[in-house]
Amino acid sequence: MAQEKSSTFSREEKTVLDIQNLSQTFFPKTPNSVQALQGVSLHIEKESFTAIIGTNGSGKSTLLNAVAGTFLSDQGRILLDGHDITRWPEHRRAFLIGRVFQNPFAGTAAEMTLAENLAIAMRRGQKRPLSTALSKKVRQEMTEKVASLKMSLENRLDNPIGTLSGGQRQALTLLMATWLRPRLLLLDEHTAALDPKSAAQVAELTRQIIRSERLTALMVTHSMQQSVELPDRIVMMHKGKIVEDYEGERKGRVRIPDLMAAFDRVRQRELFDASVAEMVAMQYI
Amino acid sequence: MNLIIGAFTMGLILALLSLGTLISFRMIRFTDITVDGSITLGAAISAVMLINGHGPLTALLASIAGGALAGTVTGVLHTRFKIPQILSGILVMTALYSVNLRVMGRSNIPLLDVCTLSDPVEKWLQTLTGTSGPFILGWKIHGQDLAVFLTSLGICAGVGFLLWRFLLTHFGTALRAAGHNPQMVKAQGVNPNTMVILSLAISNALVALSGCLLAQYQGFGDVQMGIGMMVWGLASIIIGEALVRRGGIGVAITGVILGTILFRLLIAIALRWGMNPNDLKLVTAIFVFLALVAPNGTGKIIHFFQGGKNRA
Repeated sequence: MAQEKSSTFSREEKTVLDIQNLSQTFFPKTPNSVQALQGVSLHIEKESFTAIIGTNGSGKSTLLNAVAGTFLSDQGRILLDGHDITRWPEHRRAFLIGRVFQNPFAGTAAEMTLAENLAIAMRRGQKRPLSTALSKKVRQEMTEKVASLKMSLENRLDNPIGTLSGGQRQALTLLMATWLRPRLLLLDEHTAALDPKSAAQVAELTRQIIRSERLTALMVTHSMQQSVELPDRIVMMHKGKIVEDYEGERKGRVRIPDLMAAFDRVRQRELFDASVAEMVAMQYI
Repeated sequence: MNLIIGAFTMGLILALLSLGTLISFRMIRFTDITVDGSITLGAAISAVMLINGHGPLTALLASIAGGALAGTVTGVLHTRFKIPQILSGILVMTALYSVNLRVMGRSNIPLLDVCTLSDPVEKWLQTLTGTSGPFILGWKIHGQDLAVFLTSLGICAGVGFLLWRFLLTHFGTALRAAGHNPQMVKAQGVNPNTMVILSLAISNALVALSGCLLAQYQGFGDVQMGIGMMVWGLASIIIGEALVRRGGIGVAITGVILGTILFRLLIAIALRWGMNPNDLKLVTAIFVFLALVAPNGTGKIIHFFQGGKNRA
């Protein structure tokens, strides 16, 4: 038993995240039943940066949320860094996972100060003792790290974080998610709600942090440009399945028109399937 | 002078209740009506223990434990069984009414001739001043009143200080964030439900402590004494926030204590001027209503007065 376990892990030495045959149906056995994930399997390698793209309702956000633990999946397994986290509740997974949300207000507590928010992030997934959260030493460390964002926020550590702009808050959320090195960084369309300038700024910051900290990251995005520029792998989803996977050299060559073409192919195949089904129905039933 | 000392003492005792409400209402955004039951629970437990010859300190600890238990039940009802906040509180408050009657055995327990927390302080005062009624600013004060005042002051200051230090710890910071943004604390590895339950336990423990002191001060424990207490707590918080405006945790705690004292002083004055005591809760409710519908309303009133002063 133990031998079997160790052999599974050694085979996938480089795999950090291993999603095995994951399925999820929302509102099962009702007219609104949605098969959001249909047997998705995905291996994410150590220190890789993967983007998941797809149309609305393709299941890309559902996949990300399944890994984050927002819900517990119906079927399949999720292994992360050697832990079977399939049944772990959301807050327990934070020990391994750092997250940035689409909503810039979701990742921080608006009425609390920058320093307090950062103090919470400094103990992500760890024990929280009854000792003062903001010691002098901690504040010094915070000032340095926040200064590295080059947003001149280091003098505003005692302001409520709600007084900052969406872009600033998202940059801080990114800093918070990566303060303790996460085994996996989940980015859920984290620049989608920002103005173009802030979006570019946060995207650049994302690239820098992932590169310098050598993080493993999984990003859901709507932006074709972002998926071509930032990551080193693109996974395309459609109707709860993975339909394309650009890796390595193939990813290096892929451009926005190629992705558009791939989308069209998927759609055409679907239209074709629908019309064939209709024909078959007309003629034989 | 005795009137003022009385209002201050009452204010300090009820400040503990306000601090409890501050934790639930402001920190974790939980409108917790359990308060109306747990203050009586605190009074009931301490009254029964005192007349049965237990020491005041034991009674105090038992009250705190009782309040914490009541808060825990409300928290579990809300988080585990997904019952809405208000309803969880109402259920526990209603249940506590029977529990309190059971604990007391009757609806009212007079506390005459029992040893209370302030007795040692009173003896110490007597030996210090050599009289049973020292003079302050030319006014003769009952030694007992002064003793109760000092005891309440000590407990209130101690609790306020501990609460302040606690909310600034790693744990306390996460607890505050759990109320503001449950999604965020989950992503940071904290179970917001645990934090809600714990906050309600702490909150109601403070409320029960307030009830325990209140029974000793008033000289009786009564099953009806909790009615409307939560709204009084809210009124005190609102006054406190208007007094100190925005600031850190320490400022908020100080504000709530001062707000409660001011509120009691206003009530004492209003009653002195002949306001019908029966109208007290109506007036309080209207006041809280006005403060809730007018965001920053109390602040505006204060600003108006300040502006008026500047112009004059």
